[in-house]
Amino acid sequence: MTNRAGASINKQQLVAELQTILPPQAVIHETEALRPYECDGLSAYRRVPLVTVLPESREQVVQIMQLCHRRKIPVVARGAATGLSGGALPLADGVLLSLAKFNRILEIDPAGRTARVQPGVRNLAISEAVAGLGLYYAPDPSSQIACTIGGNVAENSGGVHCLKYGLTVHNILQLQVVTMAGDLITIGSGSLDAPGYDLLALMTGSEGMLGIVIEVTVKLLPVPQRAQVMLAAFDDVEKAATAVGEIIAAGVIPAGLEMMDGMALRAAEDFVHAGYPTDAAAILLCEVDGTNEEVSATAMRVRDLLRAQGAVEVRTARNDAERISFWKGRKNAFPAVGRISPDYYCMDGTVPRKRLAEVLTAIGRLSAEYGLPVANVFHAGDGNLHPLILYDANRPGELKCAEDLGAEILELCVRVGGTITGEHGVGHEKLHQMCVQFSEGELEQFRALKRAFDPDGLLNPGKAIPQPRHCSEYKTLGKEVLTAPGLRAGDRA
Amino acid sequence: MSRELDNSVELQEAVRAAAAENRPLNLTGGNSKAFYGGEIRGTPLAVDSHCGVINYEPKELVLTARAGTRLDEIEAVLLAQRQMLAFEPPHFGNNATLGGSIACGFSGPRRPYAGSARDFVLGVRIINGSGELLRFGGEVMKNVAGYDISRLMCGALGTLGVLLDVSLKVLPVPECEITLVQERSQAEAIKVVNQWASLPLPITAACYDGLQLYLRLSGEPEAVAAGKNLVGGSETPERNRIWSDIREHRHAFFDSERPLWRLSLPLQSAPVELPGKQLIDWGGAQRWLLSDAAAAEIRKTAEAHGGHATLFRGSVNRNDVFHPLTGPLQALHLQLKRAFDPQAIFNRGRLYPDF
Ligand SMILES: Cc1cc2nc3c(=O)[nH]c(=O)nc-3n(C[C@H](O)[C@H](O)[C@H](O)COP(=O)(O)OP(=O)(O)OC[C@H]3O[C@@H](n4cnc5c(N)ncnc54)[C@H](O)[C@@H]3O)c2cc1C
Repeated sequence: MTNRAGASINKQQLVAELQTILPPQAVIHETEALRPYECDGLSAYRRVPLVTVLPESREQVVQIMQLCHRRKIPVVARGAATGLSGGALPLADGVLLSLAKFNRILEIDPAGRTARVQPGVRNLAISEAVAGLGLYYAPDPSSQIACTIGGNVAENSGGVHCLKYGLTVHNILQLQVVTMAGDLITIGSGSLDAPGYDLLALMTGSEGMLGIVIEVTVKLLPVPQRAQVMLAAFDDVEKAATAVGEIIAAGVIPAGLEMMDGMALRAAEDFVHAGYPTDAAAILLCEVDGTNEEVSATAMRVRDLLRAQGAVEVRTARNDAERISFWKGRKNAFPAVGRISPDYYCMDGTVPRKRLAEVLTAIGRLSAEYGLPVANVFHAGDGNLHPLILYDANRPGELKCAEDLGAEILELCVRVGGTITGEHGVGHEKLHQMCVQFSEGELEQFRALKRAFDPDGLLNPGKAIPQPRHCSEYKTLGKEVLTAPGLRAGDRA
Repeated sequence: MSRELDNSVELQEAVRAAAAENRPLNLTGGNSKAFYGGEIRGTPLAVDSHCGVINYEPKELVLTARAGTRLDEIEAVLLAQRQMLAFEPPHFGNNATLGGSIACGFSGPRRPYAGSARDFVLGVRIINGSGELLRFGGEVMKNVAGYDISRLMCGALGTLGVLLDVSLKVLPVPECEITLVQERSQAEAIKVVNQWASLPLPITAACYDGLQLYLRLSGEPEAVAAGKNLVGGSETPERNRIWSDIREHRHAFFDSERPLWRLSLPLQSAPVELPGKQLIDWGGAQRWLLSDAAAAEIRKTAEAHGGHATLFRGSVNRNDVFHPLTGPLQALHLQLKRAFDPQAIFNRGRLYPDF
């Protein structure tokens, strides 16, 4: 085997060197033991890594990075592998660095409203740990029971409450990062800003390409006194989409504003029995929060607005149990759709809110054209779509067909002034669409930025930013090259 | 009358010419913040001619404007729709432009509770040091395609590129806003403000002038009334002015010949023992210090509190404005600067002397 500098390396020797840094059970190198690491949440793409390492201290991570840097071996970081763009897809000639053992909450500061945690801590575990203080960590991806804060930082993850409380980038203060060269750097600070460039913003959403995050200081917010969720049913998807803009135009910033179309809400209802109206064409879930009095006043305004926008029914959760139940349907929508189809492919484009209705109609048309059903469940308030394309990987050609349909949806998002990814990242999956969204000059600026952190291109190479060759091929050959670069058909499950 | 002109092609040519001759440029907007940062070596390139609001859609909560657009013009356009820039950028003069505000990365009193300038940046168009016109981010709320270069531009003081257009998230103006005043000691003020901030109260600003604690509550009238009941204090309508006075450094505190330092500290940091006068803003996270103490002493003290210090104004030595970077972090900054501006033609010396 050769390393990224073209010199030959020997797997046994690498394993032996890693074992001088880590205990033997923390260096996984046998093919069968490596299988569980072959993919992330986008399981259509699989690749067995050369080696998986499970460090548990900062010093170990530094030494692993120094070793890989010296030997020119690529490294891919992995959190909980719930990512949906193949960001943690391993490399056959690379080390997969799992942060699973970095799972401790190091410090909670109630007065300063911060928590210092290791990257492998699960998103929800933070809010659980500080609930007794009346605090919580705001970004709440639907995968929050499983996904890690390190993965959240790498993807700039959002959730159903991001409309009001922001994304990961708005809710973190400081990172400890180990660079590809093995340098430990502190980014951000314990105060609200840090000298120099805003590297904290830059690291957030950088998809594990710029450094390994080994510690995160998050901001905590006071739990609102009261939260009230309303469920509005519509007999028409476009009406629901229009209502979204009208709520915001009225000066209300709901804590959450989510939409599910008929297929998604029926799948969710069958799965978790949330109490959704199964005959609706679409539902909106609108949560308002704040002080008691404020919530009562705002909820009334929102109810009137929803009715004026043609909602056939508006329900207000009568108690906390019902509120949780309404959200449970939404949070379980992806797995619910997973139950009605052998496979699904989740897209993640964002569009300006005013184009929502038109884009949903166009997606419906494309779905009919490709002969694959599409369920929609998404962050409507942010204009962040999650079309779920239903397909069966065992039917020859269907994955390819789903990918082609997905590509058309993303390119549609770009055409209406949106983006190919709102929160799941480009990863391995959307490299070709990057060529559509950005000019070669812009892509080259991204590459130059990456070289500033990682001149040898060893950290998560081949993800997020396409090489010039991919773009020129994609532009001349189009969908024929769509199966993401570097993967052969045999790499699939 | 608002001015409107797309000057991007001329600016691009000017940057290309400068790059070809390896001639450093000093980017100037409205010049309202020329006092801030290090001494610049370079020929002036006026960027304020590139101006005008390009797109504003209240329902989308997004405004895009050319960098030379005056900040007061933007604020007026927003206010007509009952919306605002929630980071309350300081103007420091009538000519303040959007580009200058974003390049400096300044935020006003709402910062700890609503977010900073960079938190509201959604997209930019820039000219890099090779004279290329590039667009990053966009006008949508969520966007993780590529690295977040838009936010990186915020606070970079023009050292990474010429800002052409900026898209910002905007927010509705709160229906109701009051300022409450209470007499407190400094230590007490810091403590209670942070206790209150741990409760679900609609706090949008908190400062301490050495005698009194000022607290601003904003939101639905019901929420503001409930908040007032809980925190107490007297309410005087004209007291709302204190926020713009502090933001613009018009408050009597700032009337001084002494160097003005900005200490950025963790919110709940204990009172800082340094010679001179202090005014606390941002609920404790931003402490203004008028002091003749040595830079090294001030920096050391800020660091001991877990923060950093900037020589904001009135410095004798403009080569020592920002808290120095060291080790790999400093090396990384140099590499990043090169990635955007390989010949270092933009604002040489403004951020760090070696850029
Ligand atoms: C059912 C379901 C629902 C979801 N809902 C949402 C949602 O509502 N909102 C949302 O934003 N996302 C959602 N996701 C996507 C996913 O959960 C997020 O992207 C999450 O942040 C990934 O975290 P992870 O720990 O699983 O990271 P992984 O998948 O392991 O890794 C993701 C990326 O981060 C990098 N990485 C991981 N840890 C580190 C580290 N310590 N340092 C540097 N790089 C690192 C990896 O290299 C990879 O590129 C959902 C996924 C599923 C399966």
